[in-house]
Amino acid sequence: MLRYTIRRLIQLVGVVLVLSLLLFAWLRALPGGPVSALLGERSTPESREALTKQLGLDQPIFVQYVKFLGRALSGDFGVSTGVQPGDSALDIFLQRFPATIELSALAILIAVAVGIPLGYMAAKRRGGWFDNISVGGSLLGVAVPVFFLAYVLKDVLSSALGLPTEGRQDAINATRVTGFFVLDGVLTQEWDAALNALEHLILPAVALATIPFAVVFRITRAAVLDVLDEDFVRTAESKGLTAPTIRRRHVLRNAMLPVVTTIGLQTGALLAGAVLTEKVFSFAGVGQALAIGFERRDYPVLLLLIIMATIVYVVVNLLVDLSYALIDPRIRTR
Amino acid sequence: MPLLEVRDLTVVFERKGEKPFTAVDHVSFDVEPGQTVGLVGESGCGKSVTSLAIMGLLPRRGARVSGSVQYEGVNLLSLSDREMRDKRGRDLGMVFQDPLSSLNPVIPIGVQVTEVLERHRDMPRKKAMLEAAELLDKVGIPDPTRRLSEYPHQLSGGMRQRALIAIALACRPRLLIADEPTTALDVTIQAQILALLKELVHDLGTALVMITHDLGVVAGLCDEVNVLYAGRVVEKAHRHELFAAPRHPYTHGLLSSIPRLDAPRGEKLNPIRGSVSDNIPWSEGCAFAPRCPNKLDVCVRVTPEQEDIGGGRLLRCHNPVKPPVAEEVSA
Repeated sequence: MLRYTIRRLIQLVGVVLVLSLLLFAWLRALPGGPVSALLGERSTPESREALTKQLGLDQPIFVQYVKFLGRALSGDFGVSTGVQPGDSALDIFLQRFPATIELSALAILIAVAVGIPLGYMAAKRRGGWFDNISVGGSLLGVAVPVFFLAYVLKDVLSSALGLPTEGRQDAINATRVTGFFVLDGVLTQEWDAALNALEHLILPAVALATIPFAVVFRITRAAVLDVLDEDFVRTAESKGLTAPTIRRRHVLRNAMLPVVTTIGLQTGALLAGAVLTEKVFSFAGVGQALAIGFERRDYPVLLLLIIMATIVYVVVNLLVDLSYALIDPRIRTR
Repeated sequence: MPLLEVRDLTVVFERKGEKPFTAVDHVSFDVEPGQTVGLVGESGCGKSVTSLAIMGLLPRRGARVSGSVQYEGVNLLSLSDREMRDKRGRDLGMVFQDPLSSLNPVIPIGVQVTEVLERHRDMPRKKAMLEAAELLDKVGIPDPTRRLSEYPHQLSGGMRQRALIAIALACRPRLLIADEPTTALDVTIQAQILALLKELVHDLGTALVMITHDLGVVAGLCDEVNVLYAGRVVEKAHRHELFAAPRHPYTHGLLSSIPRLDAPRGEKLNPIRGSVSDNIPWSEGCAFAPRCPNKLDVCVRVTPEQEDIGGGRLLRCHNPVKPPVAEEVSA
């Protein structure tokens, strides 16, 4: 298990190195660039040249890359040119990453908390009206574009529910401990701040949760249908166990393997969804920074955020793979 | 009073847009306390469905069950889901065919034994674990305490079936139903499992309903035998009488199709002609008629009734096999 984990982490280093090289080239291949973004269309060639030189963009690309790598090793990922000009890319990441984690975690929580029970119930009532409605609903959940749903939530539902639609938190004097706003509020016992931060999370999290919910629901339903046909469920019934015991211990436990895999894969989709959702809700997270970064060709911020997103994705899926062993003893002994 | 009294048990499977299928057709039999009763027949004759109907394990949708199943004077078919859950595992135990797929792969054996003890005998986990180890020991699993923390895939096929037997007998039910418990096992293991079952039901005084297609199993284990064909009991007899003098042509065919070691070399096997798909519906005559060597004209016109032919034997046939002469029986 340990050897497996280490091997996967070494693979991750390779992935990050290759990705950083590709990204470095790809970003510079985009039309326009930070210079045009910063100076606008009516800049003089002289000022453009000066800025290009100042940003080091006049050097050959591999020289830029090697210099970047050298600085990155000492924790310097460059300075933002567009998102928050002048701030270091690392600071921007550290500032915004907790926000996106909070948002994604709540979204996954919603998706799992609704998707798994609904998937189980639909499977138990296969072919019934409940099953048909929820399968149809989940199809809608996948089909409706996230940005459209986000606008519907923001413009139509927010006033009805009295929920805030912009930003991460109102101007409340909250103490920062970890950068996770809800957690900070709880840690410092500033309950108003915690509640306020949570309220700001709800609508974007719901928008972000739709696709993972729909996928988790469908996978759970299919997995439960498979398990319900298994002989050991009949054995459990023949023992006269109560329905909740059979559900928890015999059906869901066995149905969880594919569901957990799905949750891991969905984290990737979640990061993509966060770009749209955070933009719509003016939520100061990584997704918003990515959106702005692309508009303004902020090379250092884009590079760092995308690499970090990759690392998160790989690590989450590694955790998923490790959790198999917890769920299924047949994997443990191999 | 019999422990189990099955009367006119009928199971009809219904699916939208399809003709209803009668899998079990007015089956009646008794099981006395401590007795071993065999239900014998080929695949699709309704023996497994009968056992599932008794246990209340048929799906509620799509399967219509009628008749009555009296267990200690209570009709199991009239019980609610909750009442039936109280009976299953405590009063009625069941052992299934495939021991690997019948055990939950992701839960230790110990939990799979103790959960039934905790459920029906209100045992705390610790005490249940001790009891479970004792149970595994009793069914012949060596080093039972270690086995408790192991998973089904770490046990051999025979061990798994022993574990399932331990689970089914954990609460000392008065009735055990075994649905082809040896089919998925090696021949040598089969004999061990049968011997174990025989010993356990004898020691515990448990009645056993043995469902099998294997007449060898019947010969070694059963007191009474019910031969099923196409969902109906065609012949019921004591084990000795059935083997000595089968009266129904189907039973006779089954017995004569077994190859014998003392048969002359080169003798051909003696199979029953045709297959189950040749059957005619019972409503039009005898379902076995198309395959029957003793067929008469009446067989495809009139449904044979079940008759008591004396000596506790029941028979459903217009033209039964003649019993051998008395001297031959005793020989």
